[in-house]
Amino acid sequence: MNDDSANGKYVLDAQGLHVWYGDFLALRDVNLKIERKKVTALIGPSGCGKSTLLRCFNRMNDLIAGARVEGKIHFNQDDLNSNDVDPTEIRSRIGMVFQKPNPFPKSIYDNVAFGLRINGYSGNVEEAVERSLRGAALWDEVKDRLNKGAQTLSGGQQQRLCIARALAVEPEVILMDEPASALDPVATLAIEELIRELANQVTIVIVTHNMQQAARVSDETAFLMVDENRSGYLVERGETNQIFTEPKDERTEAYITGRFS
Amino acid sequence: MAQKYAVFKRRKEARKLLGSAVYVVFLVAVLVSVMGLAVLLIDIITGGLPWFSWSLITNYPSRHPEQAGLWPALIGTLWLMGLTAAFSVPVGVGAAIYLEEYAAKNRLTALIEVNIANLAGVPSVVYGLLGAALFVQWMALERSVLAGALTMSLLILPIVILASREAIRAVPRAYREAAFALGATEWQVVSGVVLPSALPGILTGVILGMSRAIGEAAPMLVISGLLFVTFIPTSPMDKFTVLPLQIFNWVSRPQDEFQGLAAGGIMLLLAVLLSMNAIAVYVRNRRQVKSDE
Repeated sequence: MNDDSANGKYVLDAQGLHVWYGDFLALRDVNLKIERKKVTALIGPSGCGKSTLLRCFNRMNDLIAGARVEGKIHFNQDDLNSNDVDPTEIRSRIGMVFQKPNPFPKSIYDNVAFGLRINGYSGNVEEAVERSLRGAALWDEVKDRLNKGAQTLSGGQQQRLCIARALAVEPEVILMDEPASALDPVATLAIEELIRELANQVTIVIVTHNMQQAARVSDETAFLMVDENRSGYLVERGETNQIFTEPKDERTEAYITGRFS
Repeated sequence: MAQKYAVFKRRKEARKLLGSAVYVVFLVAVLVSVMGLAVLLIDIITGGLPWFSWSLITNYPSRHPEQAGLWPALIGTLWLMGLTAAFSVPVGVGAAIYLEEYAAKNRLTALIEVNIANLAGVPSVVYGLLGAALFVQWMALERSVLAGALTMSLLILPIVILASREAIRAVPRAYREAAFALGATEWQVVSGVVLPSALPGILTGVILGMSRAIGEAAPMLVISGLLFVTFIPTSPMDKFTVLPLQIFNWVSRPQDEFQGLAAGGIMLLLAVLLSMNAIAVYVRNRRQVKSDE
């Protein structure tokens, strides 16, 4: 549809996006492009709709009763919100990592293999599991105990396992919803390094409360705010450097310098 | 200031006293129920132990107490339990999955839920009458194990459904989201993540239901009648009797010897019940250990 689609610069392109939960307008008229193989951070105060926006990109809002999404989101050429689009197919191409590590109560191996199995992976599952665990910088720590339960891992390891699980189905985009907020500083650092590493192969959209984290890991930053009706909206988007050093909008500047939160 | 402190202190004493009183009340509640059970068990075991022998298990019923056994009733009970489990587990778990995962949250669903809960409280003899009309007569299954098992399944379905729903509802939403986010379909989420996690709870419900079924005499009395069974069922269409009915039969006889036999039969019934539960608990624990490791 637009020039940047397909193998162009942008992998996701939201246009005129509105989200309602029942009568409540949670997100108002968001226009946002996500650059391919870059890390885009979504920042903003609590309740500004960062997570809601993130969940529009893989149709996770479909699972919430009463949620309604209007507007277009182009994923390459496809409109994600079109009725022809199968959300399960979208979700196997746009992965997600959640705020609290949520490995299945299965073995480490089965956690990573789950996505392969449900998506009918025809290759060698064992190799794919190893590749994904290496990709998530977890292989060396778990290679001798792949059949142990995932719950035996530390919080940081569990979160990297969740990243490996998402990587296994070879998504084009990984959405991360405050992936380090439940982790200690050392584990957080490991996740941040991993995100930088992964940006070589996949597009990452990360929601974070932590401004330093956004500055450290992201190439692009989008700043959202919440209006008097508690509806979230996009204030500005730009290169992370520019957003943090010379934001165009004074509200962005006020937020990142900590004058309000 | 000092006075105020004293006021606080007195209230604390009162609260402590209340705490101790409540503790005693609850302890008495536990003791009453445990002692009731203990007296019952002691009474049964003292009465039944002289009669609890191998021949009690392997012999057929007889007019002569020293030869009487409950082999047909034991086999009948095992048949009934097996068939009841075969019907009620898939249907009960299926209904629970539908209600929790698929059904729209509307008035109709709420109505169905209330009704299922109410069904759990219907007297069991009513199920017996329903089974006699529906399975024995209308479906012409006659007084067969199959008719008995179908009736028993109706009786325990509410228990299985309610417990399974609780277990399914207790599976963290985070697991479901993680599976959906990998591109799983509704059924893949249910079969791959929800059911394995809910299995221990579902098994508990099945144990509860089966424990209820094994002791029920009233509905089986309606279905099979007070038969003097001298054969064991070899197919689902055979006539049958069950342990509670054989015990009931013996208890209703005037001779003391048959009272002893009945107590022995109760011991066997308890043994079957306990071993059934033990198997289920074993299966449940094994699964839990597997997922915790």
